[in-house]
Amino acid sequence: MVSILGVLLAWLGHNVLDNMRERGIRAGFDFLFDPAGFEIGEGILSYDAAQPLWRAFAMGILNTLRVAIPSIVIATLLGSLIGLGRLSTTPSLRKLCGFCVESLRNIPLLLQLLMWYFALTSLLPDASDAISPLPGVLISKGGLFLPAWSCVGGGCSWNLPHLEGFGIEGGWSLSPEYLAVLTALSLYSAVFIAEIVRGGIQSVSAGQIAAAQALGMRPLQILRHITIPLALRAIVPALTNQFLNLSKNSSLAVAVGYPELVSIANTSINQSGRAFECIVIVMAVYLTLSLITALLMNLYNARVALRGAK
Amino acid sequence: MIHSLFRRTGLAVPFILAALASTPAHAGKTLDAIKQRGNIQCGVSTGVAGFSLPDSKGVWSGLDVDFCRGIAAAVLGDPNKVNFVPLNPQQRFSALQSGEVDLLARNTTWSLSRDASLGLSFTGVNYYDGQGFLVPKKLKLTSAKQLKNAEICVQSGTTNEKNLADYFRAQNIKIKPVVFEGFEASFKAFFSGRCQAYTTDISGLAGVRNKEAKNPDDYVILPEVISKEPLGPAVRRGDDEWFAIVRWTAFALIEAEEYGITKANVVSLKDSKDPNIGRLLGSTEDSGKLLGLDREWAFRAVKAVGNYGEIFARNVGPDSVLKLPRGLNNLWNKGGILYAPPIR
Repeated sequence: MVSILGVLLAWLGHNVLDNMRERGIRAGFDFLFDPAGFEIGEGILSYDAAQPLWRAFAMGILNTLRVAIPSIVIATLLGSLIGLGRLSTTPSLRKLCGFCVESLRNIPLLLQLLMWYFALTSLLPDASDAISPLPGVLISKGGLFLPAWSCVGGGCSWNLPHLEGFGIEGGWSLSPEYLAVLTALSLYSAVFIAEIVRGGIQSVSAGQIAAAQALGMRPLQILRHITIPLALRAIVPALTNQFLNLSKNSSLAVAVGYPELVSIANTSINQSGRAFECIVIVMAVYLTLSLITALLMNLYNARVALRGAK
Repeated sequence: MIHSLFRRTGLAVPFILAALASTPAHAGKTLDAIKQRGNIQCGVSTGVAGFSLPDSKGVWSGLDVDFCRGIAAAVLGDPNKVNFVPLNPQQRFSALQSGEVDLLARNTTWSLSRDASLGLSFTGVNYYDGQGFLVPKKLKLTSAKQLKNAEICVQSGTTNEKNLADYFRAQNIKIKPVVFEGFEASFKAFFSGRCQAYTTDISGLAGVRNKEAKNPDDYVILPEVISKEPLGPAVRRGDDEWFAIVRWTAFALIEAEEYGITKANVVSLKDSKDPNIGRLLGSTEDSGKLLGLDREWAFRAVKAVGNYGEIFARNVGPDSVLKLPRGLNNLWNKGGILYAPPIR
């Protein structure tokens, strides 16, 4: 099976290169070592336009991870809470959580993303009239700015954000693009996770709970020792899918100007004209990320699964 | 917004078609294919005022659109035998390479790397543009050099991103680009105040300001023009016959302006004693047979869309919302640089 797929891929790849040569289109990955020539708005690495294109791709991949990993953490925590809330004995809490789930999961993610983004950029003040809720914290259309602890040479000090030119300089900043993507991805995935958590808990048979009660276990003990371990067996495989979806959905961030992998690839395609190569890179990166996520989740699943069961 | 959904999902389609086609393309006769099909597939933008923009009924208008219609009139005898294919910046070259469109008339900048490495050829220039900056008047800016630390909204997949980086690096000024995939998202973010400046070609800035701003007078275009952006149509490489038709139709429209031939007087000028006019309109000499067309090719093009000056005035000049000056896009003998080689 694998070898058939391999032959098929090799044939396609050969064909593509042949066709491209035939049409006078340059092919190959050598362009990754040319200077990128474009700036990137934000990122963890130090970067400027004179650096090679592969470094721009590295910036894009790190920006994808920078938004996907926190989103996964937030979505899981929030999703668990909402899921538990839907099983609450308090009707108002149950209804509120139900409302969140139904409204958020039925609106396309792209629309939610644009809504959060335009809400953030329309409502916040300009950099020159930034709000400062706490000393050293600034909020403006330019994003959220926090003081950063920076060590240069021997001395360490707080690096406070301050207005310089048209923007806010210094400190640790989160752009509105990042915040919008983080919010939209976290909330959208959280409500799906909530349903998975709810379903997982409800799948625990009433007999198990009744047995625990008969043994005299208290509700919290039942939750910890009976319900959660049993529910996790149903939850973890479905959760893996959600994590995979979330990582891939982060590619929508290009719509609101967050410089993640797809955004960088789009720019690179245009600057270099190497559409095929750039799309191959994007596909390879998402495939790798997804396989790593699946691998980690499968290891975790093996730990929570019924021992001895196959 | 729904639009951008479609655009996103459509992103990879022409690319995949180009890549997976199992038989290598031969340098086929584009003209034969067009005649057989009965229409021209013209690649245009997904909506840039003045160049290519569909109205509420889906009827396209603009400088690039009129150019395609002129070619359809010259080649097929009917300016409406054009199928407009909206393409985003990333799709455009793949769509041309793969044969999805016969012609790309999509406010595309002619540059060496594009001309030499993408398997396509630019046939000429139909609009000389340059990149500039749009800023809110309330910032009281007079020069792009004052944009220190500014955030600048820009659309991805354009030459603008690179020019932006080059210009501010040369000036040693730090700026932060905010790069959007969609044209609409990019200017909406600017008007919401996310960026202190918006950059694209000056024709585009005029379109964005006059069409999209709540109050166009609140925004000014800065005087700096930071790049040369010769926008022109491109065709696939390897079909010189089709290349010549596209190139010379554009020259014919410019030549028509030079000789004062307009949409209104083209019929009466057919009997003109001026040999230049006679040659162009095919009443004395047959210039069309050299291109594989009939003798009235240029006559039909001018009759359908008017001369270059009329196309300019209607779409981007005084009769349009953009109200752009002719500037460089005037005839060579009127202070511009439009110069068509002789049609003879």
